[in-house]
Amino acid sequence: MSIKPYQLTANKIKEEYKKGNLKASDVVQSLFQRIDNVENKVKAFAHLPEKNVGAGPCACPTQGDHRGSPLPLSGIPVAIKDNICVKGQLTTCASKILEGFRPPYNATVVEKLKKAGAILFGKTNMDEFAFGSSCENSCYHPTKNPWDINRIPGGSSGGSAASVGADEVIMALGSDTGGSIRQPASLCGVVGLKPTYGRVSRYGLIAFASSLDQIGPITKDVTDSAILMNVISGHDENDSTSVDLPVPDYTKSLIKDVKNLKIGVPKEYFIEGIDSDVKDSIEKALNVLSGLGAKYEMVSLPNTEYAVSVYYLVATAEASSNLARFDGVRFGRRATKTDNANEPSMIEMVSATRDEGFGPEAKRRIILGTFALSSGYYDAYYLKAQKVRTLIKQDFDEVFKKFDCIITPTSPTAAFKIGEKLNDPLSMYLSDIFTISANLAGIPAISIPCGFTRHGLPIGMQILAKPFDEETIFRVAYTYEQNTDWHLQKPVL
Amino acid sequence: MQYYSIIGLEVHLELNTKSKVFCGCAREFGARANSQACPVCLGLPGSLPVLNKEALLLGMKVALALNCGISSFIKFDRKNYFYPDLPKNFQISQYDKPLSCDGHLDVDVAGKTKRIGIKRVHLEEDTGKLLHKEGADYSLIDFNRSGIPLLEIVSQPDINSPQEAYEYLTQLKAILEYLDVSDCDMEKGSLRCDANISLSADIKKLGVKAEIKNLNSFKAVRAALDYEAIRQAEILSEGGKISQETRLWDDQKGITLPMRSKEEAHDYRYFPEPDLVPFILDDKQINQAKNSLPELPAQRKKRIVSEYGLSEYDSGVLIQDRSLADFFEQCAKIYEKPKMVANWLLSDITAIMNSRQISIKKLNLTPQNLVEMLKMIDENVISGKMAKDILPQMIDTSKPAKNIVEEKGLKQISDEKTLIEAAEKILKENQKAVEDFKNGKDQALTFLVGQLMRQTRGKANPDVANKILRGLLS
Repeated sequence: MSIKPYQLTANKIKEEYKKGNLKASDVVQSLFQRIDNVENKVKAFAHLPEKNVGAGPCACPTQGDHRGSPLPLSGIPVAIKDNICVKGQLTTCASKILEGFRPPYNATVVEKLKKAGAILFGKTNMDEFAFGSSCENSCYHPTKNPWDINRIPGGSSGGSAASVGADEVIMALGSDTGGSIRQPASLCGVVGLKPTYGRVSRYGLIAFASSLDQIGPITKDVTDSAILMNVISGHDENDSTSVDLPVPDYTKSLIKDVKNLKIGVPKEYFIEGIDSDVKDSIEKALNVLSGLGAKYEMVSLPNTEYAVSVYYLVATAEASSNLARFDGVRFGRRATKTDNANEPSMIEMVSATRDEGFGPEAKRRIILGTFALSSGYYDAYYLKAQKVRTLIKQDFDEVFKKFDCIITPTSPTAAFKIGEKLNDPLSMYLSDIFTISANLAGIPAISIPCGFTRHGLPIGMQILAKPFDEETIFRVAYTYEQNTDWHLQKPVL
Repeated sequence: MQYYSIIGLEVHLELNTKSKVFCGCAREFGARANSQACPVCLGLPGSLPVLNKEALLLGMKVALALNCGISSFIKFDRKNYFYPDLPKNFQISQYDKPLSCDGHLDVDVAGKTKRIGIKRVHLEEDTGKLLHKEGADYSLIDFNRSGIPLLEIVSQPDINSPQEAYEYLTQLKAILEYLDVSDCDMEKGSLRCDANISLSADIKKLGVKAEIKNLNSFKAVRAALDYEAIRQAEILSEGGKISQETRLWDDQKGITLPMRSKEEAHDYRYFPEPDLVPFILDDKQINQAKNSLPELPAQRKKRIVSEYGLSEYDSGVLIQDRSLADFFEQCAKIYEKPKMVANWLLSDITAIMNSRQISIKKLNLTPQNLVEMLKMIDENVISGKMAKDILPQMIDTSKPAKNIVEEKGLKQISDEKTLIEAAEKILKENQKAVEDFKNGKDQALTFLVGQLMRQTRGKANPDVANKILRGLLS
């Protein structure tokens, strides 16, 4: 076979398993070889898959024959972002403060993957606690963009996107609070979906901002995205924010048909500062879709300009509280040196632990969030932000009364250089300007490859739909993908 | 200068749900440390709370029994502060929209009814428990208590004396026991109380308050408030100012000591708990809670007065202790003299319960056994005085009175022939008393009856003995 197993999609591997052409051990070995060849360049993993992965007794013995397995992910290696709990495996959010932490329980999505027969394949690198858009805020190492290793892969799920983009794993899970799945997917030329808030259980996802976080798939194509969504979606009695609605078979939405589909294109997203290659690619993509029978029209989401400000108040406020539990008392790192070395008090131990354990971006966000919730400032910041959040959601409700979906660029630019924005947090925050609104409104959104810049860097197109209408997203994304070949391009590593 | 005490009380109550408030962990008292602690109780990264609806129902029952309005909109908030017994370093509580507010409790104080407002009743989670080992340079944490449902019951500052505070707590506890929502045991910490007190020359104006913590019994609440009222009055009458602060009660020394000042108070940075979705309670659920309320102490007091003819006072004392009142009613069902039962329960039996520090339930006494003993008095088998000796033996041995009387040969002697013989002997031996009686000294008869009782080792029926002696003397 001229094509190596590591290059395949999950859907293709399933077919090969069915035909008996391939064994899971072939796939795993092929991936390990690929990791040996490229991981030192890409650095996608925070914790590499264990060498004996999949060898133990599990639903999917790697040696076994997967022909006729009823399990949807039987023998498929899936990488997990390092902020999702895997029982007994290092889960550190790429933070020193969680040094050595091995959770005693599995996140619900991990349980679901195991039941579906998946092989858990390492923990991917990320910005510490998902704070960042470049994967540079990791306590381990920055992850590189497989398309240009001098550039960032995006973030915070940069490790998941880069590992899939570099063919080091078949599929991966990320988490998205303000664009952390979609922006790196866009920058790495892969498919990343942030589901509707409440579609996927957050139990076992180490929270950044509880009201915004969602776990979602990062995959090589739209079909794999639907396959992975089928496995991870659904109500969980351990997460009361997960919604008890039936989960459709998303693979049934993989239909090439956008006839009479009404697409809204928000004028507020074509701002100054948007890369002209990005703008051109989106316009071309819209023309492809309209050539297939869809109709697009400019629409308005008037409160878009407030989204970044609202986000950085709501998200940091929740984060400041969510991260309070990292105190060195029960798990993770505990500082041994304090100013009062002889008899450190409890408070001194906690502050020293947090001082040593958190990186600069985490500290910045904790301080900002603490301030936004403080007595005397709450009304002006947090409460007001929540009110504007409602307005942003209403903007979308209005548009979706007339349109089936909204299409925008995923990020205003392609991947930037490592270090370029590290000392300019505000400009870094703006790389999520197009993705944040979907989290504030709780709606689903996907990023799919739609072209390359003149420098050969991937560009992503974002498709957004009504809450719990992932089906429309899959249909539009699949139709576009099947009529283009961007997703088939591979980086040279 | 005359000052009024203005007192408000905050009661924390552990609800006796089967499992904890935000996870499925069991919650038995005295279980091995950290054996009832899951990722949620431990605040492990990634864990999420899910509301236990049973806790909400019990909370609603309490609120309804305290005449509060139930909020149909249920939401929770995070109270943020760092402390090692608080695993998430925030407590899930209710802030601006509590489960219920604006209720009242009518409290009997010195024969008068006083209405004390209930400001709010809300649901929250308990913390873990710090264990400090003497001499150790570390502390241990037991998270078994972490996540046990707590109900906070906050009174209005309507209480004007330490005794009123004591009565409020006693009568509140009775209601909680009737509702069977908690074991209300202050020693185990399932009921806790903090008190706020300020003094003011004008009863309608609040002064600067002190909050008192570490109150381990209702008596401690009363004593601490007494102490604090005097301390504050002394400062004020010397022209000083009270500083707003939290103080700790030292039960051994009987004093309060400063703990932290207002400036050191936390900014809890309350905000809505994003992990728990707010929801609407419908009327059906509220009505269900209403319909599940049992008879409450005030209703029962009235009923016992009308049904059994007890005095208001006796009924009031009886109903304070739910199991004592239950015991009373069980006796009254099988015995036609309810007042007699009440007298025994409120005197001898209460004395035994107090001296042994146990409840009627733990006393080895059944309503049947008590009634049987009372009937033996009625039938002159034993005297009331003998019964007072027999009762503790019944309790010690769990035997019916009849067996004890037989075993110890304690049967009352009502047989006239036997008693006449004994009386004649007494009269012979006590000529002086006989003389005195004949000279009109009635006390002499009492003496002679006493001698007869001694002779018969207390078994003589006192009425018969009296009659016989009188007959022989005349």
